[in-house]
Amino acid sequence: MITKKFNLPNALITLFLGIMALVALFPFYQTLMLSFSTVSDSSSSKLFLFPKDFDLSAYRFLFIDGKVTRGLGITLFVTAAGTILSIVVSTAGAYVLSKKTLPGRNIIFNGIIFTMFFSGGLIPYFLTLQKLNLQNNLLVMVIPPAVNTFYLIMMKNFFNTVSPSLEESAKIDGANDITILWRIVVPVSMPIIATMTLFYAVDRWNEWWLPTLFINDTKLYPLQLVLRNAITNISQIINSSAGAQLAQGTQNIYGDSVKSAMIIISAVPIILVYPFVQKYFAKGIMIGSIKG
Amino acid sequence: MASHTQLEIPEKLTARRTGGKLRKEIVKHKYLYLLLAPLVIYYIVFSYVPMYGILLAFKEFDYSKGILGSPWNDFANFTAVFNNPDFWTATRNTVLISLGRLIIEFPIPIVLALLLNEISKGKLTRIFQTVFTFPHFISWVVLSGIIIGIFSDQGLYNQILVLFGADKSSVLTNGPGFTIVLFISNIWKEAGWSCILYLAAIAGINPEMYEAAAVDGANRFQQMRKITWPVLKSTAAVLFILAVGNVMNGGFDQIFNLYNSAVYQYADILDTFVYRSAFTDATGFGFSTTVGLLKSIINFALLFGANYIVTKVGKEEGL
Repeated sequence: MITKKFNLPNALITLFLGIMALVALFPFYQTLMLSFSTVSDSSSSKLFLFPKDFDLSAYRFLFIDGKVTRGLGITLFVTAAGTILSIVVSTAGAYVLSKKTLPGRNIIFNGIIFTMFFSGGLIPYFLTLQKLNLQNNLLVMVIPPAVNTFYLIMMKNFFNTVSPSLEESAKIDGANDITILWRIVVPVSMPIIATMTLFYAVDRWNEWWLPTLFINDTKLYPLQLVLRNAITNISQIINSSAGAQLAQGTQNIYGDSVKSAMIIISAVPIILVYPFVQKYFAKGIMIGSIKG
Repeated sequence: MASHTQLEIPEKLTARRTGGKLRKEIVKHKYLYLLLAPLVIYYIVFSYVPMYGILLAFKEFDYSKGILGSPWNDFANFTAVFNNPDFWTATRNTVLISLGRLIIEFPIPIVLALLLNEISKGKLTRIFQTVFTFPHFISWVVLSGIIIGIFSDQGLYNQILVLFGADKSSVLTNGPGFTIVLFISNIWKEAGWSCILYLAAIAGINPEMYEAAAVDGANRFQQMRKITWPVLKSTAAVLFILAVGNVMNGGFDQIFNLYNSAVYQYADILDTFVYRSAFTDATGFGFSTTVGLLKSIINFALLFGANYIVTKVGKEEGL
């Protein structure tokens, strides 16, 4: 259909996007290579296209250290428990909100939308959660962030597209609403449920803000917080007024290779899972983001 | 769909007239309300209950007495906030950074969507999309770790400078450098992601329109301008309104993980200011709540202002 003379712009666009893609990936690649370097190599001036000596001591150090393995365990728990809770609550809620004629539905829906634009702010939120005994409690990463309003609306929009005739025939057969949701709506809504599972799982995996506020006990630190502490300790020392001369000394205490290994461990599950889920969720987002 | 609404609406109308019908309606849908209950409880506990904490903006917070028991202090918190020079610095930074984001970051996903659409079809597009959306799923903790590494004394950036015979520089500790890194790194993280919404809009365009235009002799640039862009414009309008409604936020996660005391003058935004005044500097919870309240009110006003302008002046659909 497209004639030959348009191939040059096409090639240029592809080339441009290709370069951008490499630029976007390069920082991850370099971090990976740094993590495979020896501690001393990682802190000397070398461009790291490939590590000088392939070395796993950074990873070994992290696993002996224990902080990372404990953080990993906590993060896995939070991700599993949080994702299950989120999916159950928001699937059920979004399904009901897609019933536009249900008495009271509009008030509740508008009440939910309102919270996207107005909130009590940080301090009232902090005091509320503290009152609920969520300080130094792993559930603070599971329950308070259980529902994301954007995701909820996407799910609701998806359920709007599910044909009501499917449900009506089940209703005639005497099924109640819970059975209909579970047996009929959920199976045909797998694209959006899979997408939301990914989104919520990633959010719980990445959770750092709530534990920063509520977890003081370093034994309860999730992976992100272990990492954050390591990074800020290094950067604070490097960026402090004493600056340059201190930087020389600290490089050796906590080498860039160890920090990079920690970054890789925190990102690797997403790197592994993401490309496989991506094609699945494109469909879910497309339908979910249609206004309606 | 049609038969569904025809069935439900009359019932609902009669239910409003007589309480008994409403009760009957509720009983009929009792399982639906049961399914909805956890969601409603969630929003009450975690969104609406904290709202009464706004009272703290008018109080002197006493930890032992709680929010309700703390004594009123008229508008002392507001006076303290307005007299605090750091508050004004943070306000200025928030607005400047947000405007920078609107000007620099906002158009990028649109351009990206147009480019991806031009080469669309095939495996290559999917690979590009996977690469560009991927950083969205990595937390700012991890990304800032990588970024701080790149700009550290021995990092990639300084290695390249040295390679070209330039002097090393500390980008993240000077204001302009830090601000540029803010914009670029946020494009890196979010541009591909925001692009999906535009691509979804493009996917809804009937391909026959392009074919018809091509038959009429429209070149690709004309097709982009006359067919693709009008569709993207309404998506852009909605996202623009939301972005303006976020002007007073400025991107807490990113800045909190990247900044350091050397760039507070340029990078301290209202949210980071609230956090530090409450938990690091201990200026008092009343003070911090007041800043948060002012921020919320301005955001709310901006959102409605932007919605009004876009719908009335720009003749777009809006929210």
